[in-house]
Amino acid sequence: MDLLKSIAESLEHGDDERVHALVTEAVAAGLPAGDVLNQGLIAGMGVVGEQFRLREIFLPDVLLAARAMYAGLDVLKPLLARDGVPTAGTVVIGSVQGDLHDIGKNLVGIMLKGAGFEVVDLGNDVAPERFVDAAARSGAAVIGLSALLTTTMSVMKDVVDLVKARGLKARVIVGGAPVSEAFAKDIGADAYGFDAANAVDRVKALAAGA
Amino acid sequence: MRPLLERLAAGETIVGDGAWGTMLMARGLRPGVPPETLNLSSPEAIEEVAALYLDAGADFITTNTFGGSPLRLRAYGLEDRLEPINRAAVEAVRRAVGGRAYVAASIGPCGHVLKPYGDGDPDEIAGGYARQLEILADAGADLVIVETMTDLTEARLAVEAARRAAPDLPVMATMTFDRTRRGFFTVMGVTIAQAAEGLAAAGADIVGSNCGNGIEAMVEIARELRACSERPLAIQANAGLPESRGGAVVYPETPDVLASWVPALLAAGVRVIGGCCGTTPDHVRALRAAVAAAPPAR
Repeated sequence: MDLLKSIAESLEHGDDERVHALVTEAVAAGLPAGDVLNQGLIAGMGVVGEQFRLREIFLPDVLLAARAMYAGLDVLKPLLARDGVPTAGTVVIGSVQGDLHDIGKNLVGIMLKGAGFEVVDLGNDVAPERFVDAAARSGAAVIGLSALLTTTMSVMKDVVDLVKARGLKARVIVGGAPVSEAFAKDIGADAYGFDAANAVDRVKALAAGA
Repeated sequence: MRPLLERLAAGETIVGDGAWGTMLMARGLRPGVPPETLNLSSPEAIEEVAALYLDAGADFITTNTFGGSPLRLRAYGLEDRLEPINRAAVEAVRRAVGGRAYVAASIGPCGHVLKPYGDGDPDEIAGGYARQLEILADAGADLVIVETMTDLTEARLAVEAARRAAPDLPVMATMTFDRTRRGFFTVMGVTIAQAAEGLAAAGADIVGSNCGNGIEAMVEIARELRACSERPLAIQANAGLPESRGGAVVYPETPDVLASWVPALLAAGVRVIGGCCGTTPDHVRALRAAVAAAPPAR
């Protein structure tokens, strides 16, 4: 138990080498990979997400914590697959066509992984067809769209329309500096995440069918 | 034209232009197309917007080069167009304004988070800014505006590159802050005091804030800047934060709203007042009128 707590704390401090070593130690000691994931990595990222939401820490700290989380996930991934531990669901994310900003989108991806989701990150400047194709292929429950520019946020509606036209079950969540709840509603998106932590909460609700 | 810094030293308030992205969208910029390519494909659209802002009373007109650094252009496979894109940007504004307004070279973030947090290499970023700035200066820009920065290290690299590559041009540097329960910070964790000190140390003649906030929050930011900086201050506010009405993106703050806060900005020591996202020539016209109606700074 203390080992899992140490993993969470080392992750919060962005110590990737220590997280890697502790996760290796935990699985060698016979702890179930699912417990190491949930009570170690996910617990740690939950704290990081909350601290960032309150701006007690900032983007650099989150990026270091994410690197530590990935160091732990590298060890756990094959074991989670072997044990048949289910993920929280699959989410396809990307910055919409014409938008090269990916810091906010990356942050959401980090937080989603930190909440146990499988994330398919299509990167930036993603055409509507690519979102829809990737969602169909991966069986994603949710598609997450990011835009930082007033000049690109209108592309979000194209994705929403295409999801409907193709009859996909995936729900669409939108976010980014110029985006708002009213805009999301207006273009027919299923949800709006006003920051990374809120986006994860909304994705959880969407994935659960709310 | 009298040099910008002389006019500021003489107590004059300088009025900037407004948003470009929305203006260019209204003139054929399609989603998915980098705005900087219009410098080559539709220079007449650039000239038209520049002329509208000049007519509205702007003292400087920003070039369409915010994303024109080599690293940003590379993401679109356009790095080999660095020189023509940046040169055409200055030339189009110059054709529109002649000697009636300063041509302000816009420098935006490079799009990479610096090491060790991301993959951005400081030498490559600094070198990229220097290459862009040499072109902009050579093409005849009158000043440099480093804007919408959230990482102080990156902002300093840009300001220092301007100082080296364009030593004769004044440099204005502005960062974007978010309001938090512990005060204003950039998303990278930079405070207003750190920004004011760091930008000045890097060689910025004018420091301030742009984007991210409507005008009311900007007055608070200006007051905090004034408390920790002797430099002339610049504020370029958004026309509020965007809303959606019937599928269209709308910025809610009217020209009158922006103008009503000009006396407060002047009282806080702001000497360069312009607009950012969502502002229009009408906003600039209202700012100009409010500045003209205010008593001189000294």
